[in-house]
Amino acid sequence: MEKAHGTGYGIYVAVWAGLLLLTGATVAVSYFDLGLLNVVVALLIASAKASLVALFFMHLKFENRLVLAFALVPIFFLALIVGGTLSDTLFR
Amino acid sequence: MTETTAEGAALPLSGSGQSRGYLEEKGFWSWALTLDHKRIGVLYLLTTLLFFLVGGVFGLLIRIKLMVPGQQIFSDHVYNVLFTLHGSVMIFLFIIPAIPSGLGNFFIPLLIGARDVAFPRINLASYWIFVAGIGVIVASLVRPMDTGWTFYTPYSAKTAADVTLLSFGIFLIGMSSILTGLNFLVTIHKLRAPGMTWNRMPLFIWGMYATSIIQVVATPVVGITFLLLAMERLFGIGFFDPAKGGDPLLFQHFFWFYSHPVVYVMILPAMGIISEVVPVFSRKPIFGYNAIAYSSLAIAFIGFFVWGHHMFVSGMSKTAGIIFSFLTFFVAVPTAVKVFNWIATMYKGSITFESPMLYALTFIFLFTFGGLTGMFLGALATNVHVHDTYFIVAHFHYTMMGGTVMGLLAGLHYWFPKMTGRMLDEKPARAGWLLIFIGFNVTFLTQFFLGYGGMPRRWAEYPPQFQNLHIVSTVGSWILALGILVMFVNFVRGLYAGKPAPANPWKGLTLEWRAASPPATENFETIPVVADWPYGYAKRKPESNE
Amino acid sequence: MSDHPSHAHMDAAQAYEAAKLGIWTFLATEVLLFGGLFTAYIVFRLKFPQMFHEDHFHLNRILGAVNTIVLICSSLTVALGIAAIRKGKQGIFKLFLSLTILLAAAFLGIKYVEWTEKFAHGLFPDTDVFFSLYFVMTGLHGLHVLGGMLVLGGVLVLAGKGRFSEHYCTPVEISGLYWHFVDLVWIYLFPLFYLIG
Repeated sequence: MEKAHGTGYGIYVAVWAGLLLLTGATVAVSYFDLGLLNVVVALLIASAKASLVALFFMHLKFENRLVLAFALVPIFFLALIVGGTLSDTLFR
Repeated sequence: MTETTAEGAALPLSGSGQSRGYLEEKGFWSWALTLDHKRIGVLYLLTTLLFFLVGGVFGLLIRIKLMVPGQQIFSDHVYNVLFTLHGSVMIFLFIIPAIPSGLGNFFIPLLIGARDVAFPRINLASYWIFVAGIGVIVASLVRPMDTGWTFYTPYSAKTAADVTLLSFGIFLIGMSSILTGLNFLVTIHKLRAPGMTWNRMPLFIWGMYATSIIQVVATPVVGITFLLLAMERLFGIGFFDPAKGGDPLLFQHFFWFYSHPVVYVMILPAMGIISEVVPVFSRKPIFGYNAIAYSSLAIAFIGFFVWGHHMFVSGMSKTAGIIFSFLTFFVAVPTAVKVFNWIATMYKGSITFESPMLYALTFIFLFTFGGLTGMFLGALATNVHVHDTYFIVAHFHYTMMGGTVMGLLAGLHYWFPKMTGRMLDEKPARAGWLLIFIGFNVTFLTQFFLGYGGMPRRWAEYPPQFQNLHIVSTVGSWILALGILVMFVNFVRGLYAGKPAPANPWKGLTLEWRAASPPATENFETIPVVADWPYGYAKRKPESNE
Repeated sequence: MSDHPSHAHMDAAQAYEAAKLGIWTFLATEVLLFGGLFTAYIVFRLKFPQMFHEDHFHLNRILGAVNTIVLICSSLTVALGIAAIRKGKQGIFKLFLSLTILLAAAFLGIKYVEWTEKFAHGLFPDTDVFFSLYFVMTGLHGLHVLGGMLVLGGVLVLAGKGRFSEHYCTPVEISGLYWHFVDLVWIYLFPLFYLIG
């Protein structure tokens, strides 16, 4: 049950602060009209936030390869259903 | 309750008869609240086999209607309801759950040398969620569905049938399937007996592992699909409604993203059973263990890339059509690998033809046949001509019934002694098999010709030139039904009057044969330590199983 | 037997690893469940860029941002709670668990305000595809928040009975993982609906 790393509170507070900062950033950027760049920046920031949550709050940074595989494989299939559907709807 | 390493020697005989193992404890609640994977497997088997018969009755009625074209016998609306019910019941309440949740539940822990699955309470919950789903689906029959089992929009969003209730029912059935797959994935990863590396796992387990991946990844998509359909009917949401800017094809993409991989949920467990039966009844090691093991994973993986081949004529873009057609051809490759390896296993083996082997051979023959007809369907140009004709109906009956159902029957005959502690009477078993084989081919081979000749699917009205073949097919369905009846009567006779079964009647080498027939609740007195793969027939004397 | 203990067939380490794999498998199914909706979002955004641009101004960016912060804080509190019980600190653990549930309730409260505001302006799920997506996706997410509240509430009740310690807190950890996932989905929903036009 004991993990290799210590279970201090500090790391969680640091991640929380990072998440708040990124949230502030993404809201701020949304007030400027950058065209397509708005979408790119928003998704990049969202993915950065998601990575922080997944790696630290959900401990993926410290898990073995099996757990990592279970976490990442569904993303592949998500990309598949999006890609396959778009191969139809974008080319009608 | 003891396990045994020698055939027949260890059944403790009390004054009145042999030990009943996991079947010992009696009473409704001991079954309704059981955490024993074997009992849960039996519950699933009995439920799914019941719906096999129910769906079969619907099928027989369809065939009776089709003997004469037009509104005779019963109305076209009733006909629409019947083929919808036949498809939905057979697919959702029988074929998808039968082998995984039935035989899988019973035998996965036994085959890997475990005492139970990883999450026994979730296992029990999955069964009752399944029953709840059945209840909701039955409730929807006050306004029965007439959309076909594919529930395509826009009709399914507008029909007076109670599609909303039905959607929730199917959502529950899907939930049950997901929980089963989840349980098996963790079980196979974490509960294998000491010494059972991945390379020493029985091939049925490889098949069930691949199946569980599909169940976990694909089923949620059909879950959201049916939720959205219900919301379209309840709240006027327009994702699939062109009048609201929606796209009916979006429904089809979501639906088939699940429903194509689900055919591999149907076939992979059956293929796993064949990989177990063929070596035992050829007294030879399985040929190409690694190839068969990895081909299960390959089929599961590639199977996710081809769903668009159900939509070639629905209005999909040509680009998508070409991509999906191209990818469809690849899924045949790992399948063929299995067929060649099974045949190579039998080559120069000492083959015997007990009922499990008869069904296994039937599977190989009929599934290959059906699979080959898939080539015509995957190719864009020919698909245009045979889509929505009886060619398709014949194709999927050859693969689903000639494939999965024959695999299930092989498994039932193979494992009947283990599950019940009794032997089946071989003579009626073979008689039933022969009737089923003949009846199946008469029913469905004719349908290839019907379809190729232009007979559309789901139509009760047809031009007179098709009538003769329809009559032949219907007579075939009666022979098939008779065979199934003979087989079921034999099962019941076996349950009550079958000869007591030894622990290892077929002299198999997988771990379930080390447990008693029927197994004790804890499966094994001590967890076995595995030192070798379970297919070394030529190297070992058949009398001992270490 | 109906009184067969549910994980007596696994040792503690096995049971813990199994539980972790189990919850990650369940989260994988949730990715695909929401995935269908994200697919629909992409398809319709590409089809109706103008509608998405105009409609998104109807959404309250500030309330959405507040809700994002609420969920991020709730992820912090549940993580701190788990860290506390792994040190055996029962009081702090229950405090952070209760805070998490309160924050979840706050999220739902703000959502309620937002939705009623939309209805008052005549914006409903069947108004157009954008609002269909908005209500369905935030609605399904909201149901998951509610479900999470119930699960965490159950964990709190068990914690009150002294069920957890530094030696055993598996149900707390797997509930926490589920809760973080709920936060994850919102991290994407927020910009997709409220921020990018």
